[in-house]
Parts: sequence; C-alpha cells; structure tokens
Amino acid sequence: MNTTTTSLYRRRKRLNQLVMAACLVATGIGFLFLFAILFTLVSKGVGSISLSIFTERTRMTGGGLGNAIWGTLVMTCVATVIGTIVGVAAGTWLAEYGGKRKMAKVIRFINDVLLSAPSIIVGLFIYAVVVVPMGNFSAWAGVLSLTVIIVPVVIRSTEDMMQLIPNSLREAAAALGAHRWWIIVRVCYSGARAGIMTGILLGFARISGETAPLLFTSLNSNQWNFFQLNNEMANLPMTIYQNMTINSFIPDLVSLAWAGALILTAAILILNIAARYFSRQRS
Amino acid sequence: MTHPDSAARDTAAADGQTEQRSRSRESRPANGEVQPAVDHGASEPQSAGGRPERQGQSGGKPVSFNNEVDHERLSMTVTDLDLWYGDYQALKSLDIEIYSNTVTALIGPSGCGKSTFLRCLNRMNDLIPSARIEGRIEMDGRNVNAREMDVVALRRRVGMVFQNPNPFPKTIFENVAYAPRMHDIVSSRRDQEELVEQALRDAGLWDEVKDKLDQPGTSLSGGQQQRLCIARAIALRPDVILMDEPTSALDPISTAIIEDLMVRLRKDFTIVVVTHNMQQAARVADYTAFFHLGEIIEYNDTATLFETPATTKAEDYITGRYG
Ligand SMILES: Nc1ncnc2c1ncn2[C@@H]1O[C@H](COP(=O)(O)OP(=O)(O)O)[C@@H](O)[C@H]1O
Ligand SMILES: [Mg+2]
Repeated sequence: MNTTTTSLYRRRKRLNQLVMAACLVATGIGFLFLFAILFTLVSKGVGSISLSIFTERTRMTGGGLGNAIWGTLVMTCVATVIGTIVGVAAGTWLAEYGGKRKMAKVIRFINDVLLSAPSIIVGLFIYAVVVVPMGNFSAWAGVLSLTVIIVPVVIRSTEDMMQLIPNSLREAAAALGAHRWWIIVRVCYSGARAGIMTGILLGFARISGETAPLLFTSLNSNQWNFFQLNNEMANLPMTIYQNMTINSFIPDLVSLAWAGALILTAAILILNIAARYFSRQRS
Repeated sequence: MTHPDSAARDTAAADGQTEQRSRSRESRPANGEVQPAVDHGASEPQSAGGRPERQGQSGGKPVSFNNEVDHERLSMTVTDLDLWYGDYQALKSLDIEIYSNTVTALIGPSGCGKSTFLRCLNRMNDLIPSARIEGRIEMDGRNVNAREMDVVALRRRVGMVFQNPNPFPKTIFENVAYAPRMHDIVSSRRDQEELVEQALRDAGLWDEVKDKLDQPGTSLSGGQQQRLCIARAIALRPDVILMDEPTSALDPISTAIIEDLMVRLRKDFTIVVVTHNMQQAARVADYTAFFHLGEIIEYNDTATLFETPATTKAEDYITGRYG
C-alpha cells in the first residue's frame, strides 16, 4: 500500500511539474510578443518623437500629430463621460432592480452581443443613422460610435462589481432605516467604486485605439479642430492607418505613424497599469 | 440547584434542559421594574402575580396571551398574520404579543418560519419581491404592516442584528456613527463621539476597542463584530431589537458574553431573539414562543413553557425528541 501511494504521489508531482512548465512556456510566449511589439514600436518610432510632434498639426509632408492626439483625447473623453453615465446607471439597474426579471435578462443578452460586436459594424450603423442624414462626417458621430462601444463594457463591470457587494451589507443598511438610494450610493458604490473605475479605465483604453468606428464617422483631417464637434476631427488611429497605407510613399508620414503608434501604445499601457492599480486598491 | 453561568452552561448543554428549568422569574417583580438579571435562582417558577397564564391546548392551534397584563407594557401586538412566499404559506395566522423590556425567544425546528416572522416586525420582507403579508402588527396603536407605514421610521425604532456579523467595511467608529449620521441625529464630531462611546459601552465593547476606533470593524473577532453590530443598532436608540440567531456563528465564550448582554439590554430595549439553542432561550428569555410549520404552537413565559409544555409537539421539541 505504501508503494502505491508513493507512486501515486510521484505521478501527481510529475504531472504538476509538467503543467507548471507548460504555463511558463505560455507566459513566455505572451511576453515575447508583447516585448517584440514594444521593441518594434520603440525602435521605429522613438526617433521621430519630439516636442513638435505634440504641438504641430499633420501636414502633407510631415508636421506633427498634435491635432490627431487632441482629437482622440476629446472624442475618447466625451464618449467615456457619456458612456460612464449611461453604463453605470444601466449596470446599477441590472444589479439592484433587474434581478431575474425578463426585461433584465433581455438587456443582459443584448449587452453581451454588443460587447462582442465587431467595431466596424458599430461604425457602419452610426454612419447610416447619423452621418448620412446629417450629410457630413462629424466628431459627434465618432463620439457616438465610441460610446456604443464603451457602454457595454461599463454596464458589465458595474453590474459585476455591484453584485460582489454582499447582500448582508444591503440588509444591514436597510435594517438601520436606509433608503434604497442611500444603500446604492453609500453602500454599493462605495464598495464597488474601485472595480467600476477599473472597468471605465479599461473601456477608455479600448476606445482610444479604435479605428474602424471612426472610419465612417469622424473621419480624419489635417486641421486643428478643438471643440467643433460638428465637423470632422483628426484622431490617432486613423492618422496611423492613413499614413501607413495611402501615404506610405512619404517617409516623413510613415515615421510619424510609427511615433503615433508608440504614443498610443504607451498611453494604453499606462491606462492598463492604472486600472490594475485601482483594482488592487480594492482588496 | 443554582447554575452560576458557565459551569451550568456546560452541563446544561450536555444533559438537556433540566438545569435550566429552575430559571426563576423572581428578579422581575410584578411592578414591571426590571433588575439586572443575574437571577439564576433555584426557586420554582411562579405563574402567580399577574403573569400571563398559559392557554395552550394540545390541539396545535395558535396560542396567544389573552390574560390581563396590567403590569406589562405591550410593545408589539401581532394579530392574524399570514405570509406567503409566492404560493407557499410560510406563516399561518400568527397571534402573539410582545412585551416591553423583555426578552422574547422564538424557538422551533429549522424552516418553521422564525426568521420570516422576525423580519415581518421591521418589514425586512419588503425586500423580497415574492413575499406577501396579511394581518396586523400593532405598535403604539399603529399598524406596522400598513402600506402607508413609513418603513424608514419603523426601522429606526425596530433595529436588527443578523445571524452572521455584518459590519460595514468601515472603521469601528464609522460603523456605530453610520446610522445616527444618516438620520441626522448627530452632526458635530463631539456628539458623534459621545454617542459612539455610549453605544459601544452599552454593547459591552468599549473597553476592547476604545484605543482602536479607527481600525476597520472587520478586523475584530467574530464575537466582537457581533457586539459591534449590536452597538450599531442601539446607537439609534430603538425600542425593539430583533436578533436572528445572533450567536449561532460564534464560539461559546462570545456566545456567553452576548447572552449576558441581551439580559442586560432589556432594561432599555425590547428584545426578540430567534435561537436554535434551547439552553440559550432558557437562559435569556422571559417569554418563549414555539414555532412549528409556520404556526405558533405555544407561547408562554419561558419557565412554564420549558417545564410544563402544554402541547406534545413543544414537549417533543424541547426534550430533543424531534427537531
Ligand atoms: N426568500 C424566500 N423565498 C421563498 N421561500 C422562503 C424564503 N425565505 C424562507 N423561505 C421558506 O420559508 C420557510 C421559513 O423559513 P425561515 O423563516 O427562514 O425559517 P427559520 O428561520 O425558522 O429556519 C422555509 O420553508 C423556507 O424555505
Ligand atoms: Mg432562520
């Protein structure tokens, strides 16, 4: 009997080592790609990064990325603000009021579909219902399509985080005479804040790099456009795309594109790290 | 034979309720004045002196006190209370009167509706969509169960302590100051500090936490957390405190502390406690109601109920033959 248990033990130990090794290899491959991407971006892009890239607008030959960075920032921020308001409200309803109601189930299903909808379809949809009737491309249309992408992310993370708040805390507050809204705001939000913030940040990072939804909506431009949301607005992903494809014969524009890609990636990386930091704080 | 606390607690736990039967009610004189209950006297239980007489027949019909209760102030009067969860009737035509400044225990087998009934008293069942309640729960002449009842005001007067300690993930101080601040009872820091200290003292926790009020409530031990929850409830100065198996998640020492606390607190509050533990009911409760399948089979002063139960169901349950 002793020998069988030892052999069983040995077998388990070997299996354990095997799986550990497989995990290590998988992690290694992941890191390899991440570093390869970062290495490519840095080696190709860092050369053309200078102050002027942030302050000058894109020109037919060279210039900077200032207008594109600004445009991306404006559209992403406006979409995030709208998406946060809508998404947190909807997520709260789902978690606190929806429960097992039919309505809530339908909304959850639609939300899951939206969550995985190809972003080009979203762009196409906004093109059909906003751009075509209005007769021109506009930053508002871009904002709308980015909002459609971020809302399901925020809804999902809000609902999930609210559901993590133990019911016993809601009951404790209710038994002390707390109103429903008080429980939601002071008990649930205060517990779920970090998680919801994380979701918003990740959504922000996601839409800041979206290209397809902007293709048919805000389009792109070479001009500075600070707050004219009714007009076309420059943005980083589109600029990268155009400089690398239709303008690829102009070396200055290609190196601008690499610089833009580096800036975008760095920003998204920082956002992800910030999101991590936020979710850490919760526990 | 007397049983000064812990020793007796152990033997009682071991050999049933015989030790507990001698629980005397002499410490609660007929004029209604309540003394700190350190009474574990040896005398026979007395049902004289205006104490409500048992009325139960062994027919399984709901029983209530209808005797004169001149020396007792009524806290809550429940008449003909029914509750359904969907189609399932969990409470059947309950009648019970709860007396001020007493400890009333609700005992009975699991799933017989004790928690459900307790949660009717502060309308916590409102949170359960499938629950439908009919009947009257009178408190100060008003029907708690009425639609127009202000639930917030009700819950200020009827506090609750849950089975599992559930302090907020905030500091000890914040936990206690939470509700009074929410209801705008206190605002200045000084008033808050005073109130927090008083509540923690009443809950017998002050000495243990006075130097670490700014630490999270969840860092305390289970028994301390439960006393923190009691402090949180009494910080609102309610009339009634409902406790749903407040010690079933705690170790014996914490349990003993909270039992003593209950007995002490009835000076200022009316306490209704659900318990699985018959020795606990015998130790702390002035009155005990025996629940079975959603009905109150028997309700009487604790000594009478435990010594001479009127119904066979109650007797079987109390003697451990079933439950
Ligand atoms: N939220 C609920 N929905 C449906 N049925 C419930 C609910 N809560 C309790 N019940 C049922 O009601 C009965 C009484 O439950 P409960 O009051 O918790 O009993 P006890 O506290 O005496 O153990 C049980 O049969 C239980 O299954
Ligand atoms: Mg229960």
